[in-house]
Amino acid sequence: MDLEFTAAEQAFRQEVHAYIAKSLPAEISAKVHGGKRLGREDYMRWHRTLAKQGWVAPGWPTEFGGPGWTAVQQQIFDEECAAAGAPRILPFGVKMVAPVIMRFGNAAQKQHFLPRILSGEDWWCQGYSEPGAGSDLASLKTKAVRRGDHYIVNGQKTWNTLGQFADWIFVLARTATEGRPQEGISFLLVDMKTPGITVRPIRMLDGEHEINEVWFEDVKVPVANLVGEENKGWTCAKFLLGHERTGIAGVGACKRELKRLKEIARMEPGGGGRPLIEDTRFRDRIAQVEIDLMALEFTNLRVLSAEGEGKRAPGPEASILKVRGTEIQQALSELMMQAVGVYGIPYVPEALDAGWTGEGVGADYAAPLSGHYFNMRKTSIYGGSNEIQKNIVAQLSLGL
Amino acid sequence: MDFNLTPEQGMLQDSLRKFLSKEYGFESRRARAASPEGFSRETWAQLAELGLLGIAIPEDDGGLGGDAFDTMVVMEALGRALVVEPYVSTVVLGGGTLAAAGSASQKEAWLPAIVGGEKLMAFAHGEPRSRYALAHVETTAKRDGTGWKLDGKKAVVRDAPSADAILVSARTAGGAQDEGGISLFLVDAKAKGVSMRGYATQDGGRAAEVSLSGVAVGADSLVGAADGAFPILERTVDRGIAALCAEALGIIDALNEATLEYLKTRQQFGQPIGRFQALQHRMVDMTIRAVETRSMAIVAAAGANHPDQAQRRRMVSAAKAHIGQGARYVGQQAVQLHGGIGVTDELIVSHWFKRLAILNATFGDAEHHLGLFSDRLLGEKA
Repeated sequence: MDLEFTAAEQAFRQEVHAYIAKSLPAEISAKVHGGKRLGREDYMRWHRTLAKQGWVAPGWPTEFGGPGWTAVQQQIFDEECAAAGAPRILPFGVKMVAPVIMRFGNAAQKQHFLPRILSGEDWWCQGYSEPGAGSDLASLKTKAVRRGDHYIVNGQKTWNTLGQFADWIFVLARTATEGRPQEGISFLLVDMKTPGITVRPIRMLDGEHEINEVWFEDVKVPVANLVGEENKGWTCAKFLLGHERTGIAGVGACKRELKRLKEIARMEPGGGGRPLIEDTRFRDRIAQVEIDLMALEFTNLRVLSAEGEGKRAPGPEASILKVRGTEIQQALSELMMQAVGVYGIPYVPEALDAGWTGEGVGADYAAPLSGHYFNMRKTSIYGGSNEIQKNIVAQLSLGL
Repeated sequence: MDFNLTPEQGMLQDSLRKFLSKEYGFESRRARAASPEGFSRETWAQLAELGLLGIAIPEDDGGLGGDAFDTMVVMEALGRALVVEPYVSTVVLGGGTLAAAGSASQKEAWLPAIVGGEKLMAFAHGEPRSRYALAHVETTAKRDGTGWKLDGKKAVVRDAPSADAILVSARTAGGAQDEGGISLFLVDAKAKGVSMRGYATQDGGRAAEVSLSGVAVGADSLVGAADGAFPILERTVDRGIAALCAEALGIIDALNEATLEYLKTRQQFGQPIGRFQALQHRMVDMTIRAVETRSMAIVAAAGANHPDQAQRRRMVSAAKAHIGQGARYVGQQAVQLHGGIGVTDELIVSHWFKRLAILNATFGDAEHHLGLFSDRLLGEKA
């Protein structure tokens, strides 16, 4: 056993570090570090930059344009990007629909869609959850009826992230009603410009517009956009959720947030004119989350290494990483809000715009922290709630 | 980065597991613990034959030259079997300290005998008033001709009643809390002035309150430099903590296996209790703890091996805190999920639970190490 990165891995880290330092626009990293709003163009600029370098899809096989990195290299890349304040590469194209297309799609679909995901030409969003189908995803009701060369899709999807910017959506739709609910579902790729699609914003608890409902009214989808076999979409759906979880531990982002938390605790007043970090009770809570993050980091590396050696596919370990990763992300966001004390109270949404020159309230870094804490409650709910993850571990891993 | 055992470690693990599952069943363990010495000399000789007693000792001194990862492999297996023989005291703490800091003649006199299973050791550092503070030493050693004279009390010295020699820390300069001014002595357990109040421990082991009253030792009994033992003690304790972390890992895995099996077989309300979601999620939380405990036991071993003192202490404290918390959780929940039978002496579950509680109280509990880790944050640069 050896917990040190090899010389080659350290050299790789330096290469990645130098590249990001040179290529990541300062105004974008300032937004990320400062907790400001990111626009479509912020995400796309960084996506296109990485795409040019061949690094936008670290987990992809080389035949589709991936860089051919090991799992440990991918982790290093993730950490360096997060530390530098790079916007995350949105998972919906690169990490969700693309692996499904690679695994279940036909040659034409691979040829058409994968390069466009890589280049950033197509922005993808997700059409999984419905108002009546959350944790019980297989009870979804959105219907796709075959008419000649098309499916006619009707229904409503929800908890759609950033669909207001999207070019394409992947949709789970019911194509049969006989048998078990899982058996009549199909996986469709739908152009967001198709007539009959309506995107309606859902204002979330932090006041932001990140999430939408997507309505489908007689939407014509070419049969060519069916991935895999009709009625076999549940296989794709499960495969996708397994992939979604592997990146969800979010170790790189947690490390960045921990660093930020410590910086804030050094700047904020504690009691008796001393900085907050000198308050033992508060500092012990930072220490606790740092130790928990260390356990997550090495668990993540152990899982990645085992996968890299072909020992295991994403399975119960992915669920464990999802549960612990989200709990730690939430703990960090909670401590950051607490760190600024009463300056967690003001609601000044304008302050989240990078260009805003108005009069702020309290320290500049305080403005986004409460909203961030509120927003992070989503993490233990999305991607299969943490309770569902525990059901998965109980069933698949423990045989209960 | 590599999380695999070497082929040699894999073989060590296999042979030790086979040996323990054949020779070290729960009832035979009970018999050993109840014997006059509290363990079996015969088993100790068998462990020597398997080569286990030389793991932490350099090849030049007759050992196998292993590191903390090798010790981890051993301790994980010993933990699962709840081995009561004085492995940590003699091999990890005693032998490990002499190998790292002993003089040539001390090594020659003791290390081959430890490897061969002929000599046993104890590590007498903590005192009635020191709690977990490593620098708190009130026991004194005063110059006496060419040698020294030791006076003081050492608290809960594990495996002292059967030890041939005891490593004793004593203050040779400075105040009771100072890191400087501590020296370490190798003391014959039968030396005049050494007396012990021996007793059983909650987890089936043996220990003693050791009193030193004008114990005269020669200049050659000093381990390392006079006044300069603190770094040696710290390193020894860190190695010991890493070993205990691995022991806890073995116990936690064993408890989880036993509990899972119980959930699948125990019937209530006409079905196995493992059908109930409240218990399933508890079992998953215990499993998560076990997965993380393995990660942190690896961190502890890597820390114990680390050449940099600050890194070593940071990693070891993180692991001891995290594993202490996990051990508490898994231990308590394993008992809870077993119901009434879990709180009896009859089942091994309560014995694993108790051993975990005692591991937490050894070399600093979870709160102590969380505090050490936390206080390091003050020294971090922005």
